[in-house]
Amino acid sequence: MEPKPSWRRFLPYVYWIGGLFVLYFLLNALISPYSSGITLNSYIVFDRIGGIGSFLFAIMVGLGLIEVYFYQNFFRQPRDVKTKIIVRGLQIFLGLFTLLSIFSFFEASGLYTLGDTFIGSFIRSPISLFSGLQSILFDILFDKGLSGLIVGLVLTLIISGIFIIIQKLCIPRFSRLGLPYLLVMPALIGILFLIIYPFLFEIKLAFSNASLGTQAIKKAQYGLEYGWENLKMLFTGTVANDAKFFEVFGRTILWTVINVTFHVSGGMVLALLLHRPMKLQGVYRTLLIFPWAIPTTIAAMALRNEFDNRYGLFNILLTDLNSWLTTLSHGTVNIFGLGNLFNYLAAHIGPVSWKQDPIWAFVSVLISNIWLGIPFMSVIILGGLQSISKEYYEAAEIDGASTWQQFRNITLPLLRPVLTPAIILGVVWTFNKFDVIYLITQGGPQEKTDILVSSMYKAAFQFYRYGFTAMFALVIFVILLIFTLIYLRAAGGLKSATE
Amino acid sequence: MTSTLTPKPVNPLVKILRWIFIRGRRDAPFKTLLIHTTLIIASIVAVYPVLRVVTISLRPNDTLLTTDLRIIPENATLDNYKEVLFGVPEENRKSDFFLWIWNSFSIVTVTSFISMILAAVSAYAFSRFKFPGRAAGLVFLLTTQMIPAGMLLLPLFIMLAQLKMINTALGLIIAYSVSSVPLTIWTLKGYYDTIPVDLEEAALIDGANRLTVFTQIILPLSTPALAIAFLFSFMGGWSEYLVARVVLQKNSTFTWPLGIFTYAQQFTVSWGQFAAASVLISIPVMILFLYSSKWLISGLTLGSVKG
Repeated sequence: MEPKPSWRRFLPYVYWIGGLFVLYFLLNALISPYSSGITLNSYIVFDRIGGIGSFLFAIMVGLGLIEVYFYQNFFRQPRDVKTKIIVRGLQIFLGLFTLLSIFSFFEASGLYTLGDTFIGSFIRSPISLFSGLQSILFDILFDKGLSGLIVGLVLTLIISGIFIIIQKLCIPRFSRLGLPYLLVMPALIGILFLIIYPFLFEIKLAFSNASLGTQAIKKAQYGLEYGWENLKMLFTGTVANDAKFFEVFGRTILWTVINVTFHVSGGMVLALLLHRPMKLQGVYRTLLIFPWAIPTTIAAMALRNEFDNRYGLFNILLTDLNSWLTTLSHGTVNIFGLGNLFNYLAAHIGPVSWKQDPIWAFVSVLISNIWLGIPFMSVIILGGLQSISKEYYEAAEIDGASTWQQFRNITLPLLRPVLTPAIILGVVWTFNKFDVIYLITQGGPQEKTDILVSSMYKAAFQFYRYGFTAMFALVIFVILLIFTLIYLRAAGGLKSATE
Repeated sequence: MTSTLTPKPVNPLVKILRWIFIRGRRDAPFKTLLIHTTLIIASIVAVYPVLRVVTISLRPNDTLLTTDLRIIPENATLDNYKEVLFGVPEENRKSDFFLWIWNSFSIVTVTSFISMILAAVSAYAFSRFKFPGRAAGLVFLLTTQMIPAGMLLLPLFIMLAQLKMINTALGLIIAYSVSSVPLTIWTLKGYYDTIPVDLEEAALIDGANRLTVFTQIILPLSTPALAIAFLFSFMGGWSEYLVARVVLQKNSTFTWPLGIFTYAQQFTVSWGQFAAASVLISIPVMILFLYSSKWLISGLTLGSVKG
């Protein structure tokens, strides 16, 4: 293969950028006649692009520096004893610098306050250095963003200089474990900062009396007794406004079991029906994943409309059914008691008050969530079915196995690697999924359709009981963890998946 | 005794019935009919509520509330669409629709890219190397799925408030960016596992380094999986409502799920405009989704089937 001329390699990027510009001007030309009625303008667009760009740049530089640091630790070693002292000294300095920055970030985001003690100012020293330099530059430039950028760049340059010195003083070293750790590092850092750290924060909040009265965490007090208070409140008091913990917990289990059962069985039926050579298969498959493809928010709102007492689809259909049954019961000659049967049905089947009756309200959210969730399961199961070799079925047919026996002894066991994780995640997701409930009934009437997670959301963001909510969240987490451990033990573990 | 050798004459009706209900190795017509009927009913159940949204969006404003079940309503108009897109300049009502779309789009694209890159790189490590903490790390990633999204929301909210990032796009980007990483790592790891190691070893023997192997062999081969990972986190963030509602409280920063609720929560609920906005938002997403549905199946299950 001929090597391409160097400028040609950039052609795709040029095309892309040119295409984007053309698109931009085209859209501009299309919209500008109506732009008097539109709030979006190019200033907003470029402001956002600038903000996001500098944010991404900062993240990349930070991650890059950390990667280089660990790269040198893994793959470089000092040339001799003398350089060893210098290199390790520099590395310890850099590590300390980073650690102090992280600790002061923890303080800035409110995990703890150190006050003006010696340790506090020591830990804050990198940040105070940074902000001090920035304020000096701000006096000259009068631009906060620009001065921050300059200070950041200078800092980066200094650190890179140190890295170059270390690199010069070292010789290469072989490391088998270095690469995987370096590869995992960025995701690990992200998870540590945005999942583990908030989790620790939550544990701390759980042992506090933080609420609206204490201005979130500004005046909150911490201590085991507050944690105990929150826990006692959770199990004996009300969780959001009216509802009690165990009542909501029972409903959550019902919600999860019913949803997952219908998702799996419905998905299985659809997948088995679709998994055969037939006409229109692609059309059916496309139509059947509509509920999954439509954004959940929109689907939930659309369904909320359909549960309207007068104008919703369900009550229209039920009213029609009722009038049909009534006419039937009047028209039918009373042979075999059929007229009585229709009479009975007409008296019992009819429009339902979906919003006011707690049971029907719960049924309405169940219907909505089942409708939303079946396509996902059927797609998963269909994928599993397609991976099962046809030879098993042929062999079974020769041996004279019935369709049911084939399903029971071939399909189900071979679907297990697909079904086990799908069911675990399905249970966990359904347990935690409350956007449907929140959007359709808002937990009403009288919180009779709330599940644990939606009560928790309400306790936090409607009643502002932060400390209580944190304890609530921990309890939910523990419940889910126990479930998963039990299920994994029963289903034989995740060995095959982690190997 | 000889009579058993000559076949009994079979009633032609029985023959036809047998052909309808039991037809040897292929499906009998009756069974086919049953299957198609079931599938058609299921398709109607799946699609009809979606079509109802289109119906509402086409209704003129004075007949919004009706018990009519037709899909194309009487006197269908596109007024709602016009109002949603370009506002009503005569009444000095401006439309925020494009602003919401822009907010959602900029936030979600960035978070999807961040999570895809982070996941792609670390999934490669999990798939190809044996290192201490690997199995524990994978189980740990699955454990993070036990943490309800609403649970981390409270500390994240307080953290963002402390850092003065409430009501900013960056705040929401931070809140979204890592949430889909653990699952994406699992999906991608499963996909990488199906790519033969021989390819890489051959390249390594030829003198390529790991970086070249990753960018020249693994990434091009896993384009479908990467696309799915991107699509998944994009779809997840695109229609997310609950986290956005907490982080963004100012009108100008709204993403579209928050935005279209302003139609539903004003003094006069304008369902027509709500539905029109929903349709406008759903169409591109649904086209994308239905178009990629074939890969979705393979991408979701490849990893787990292997075990």
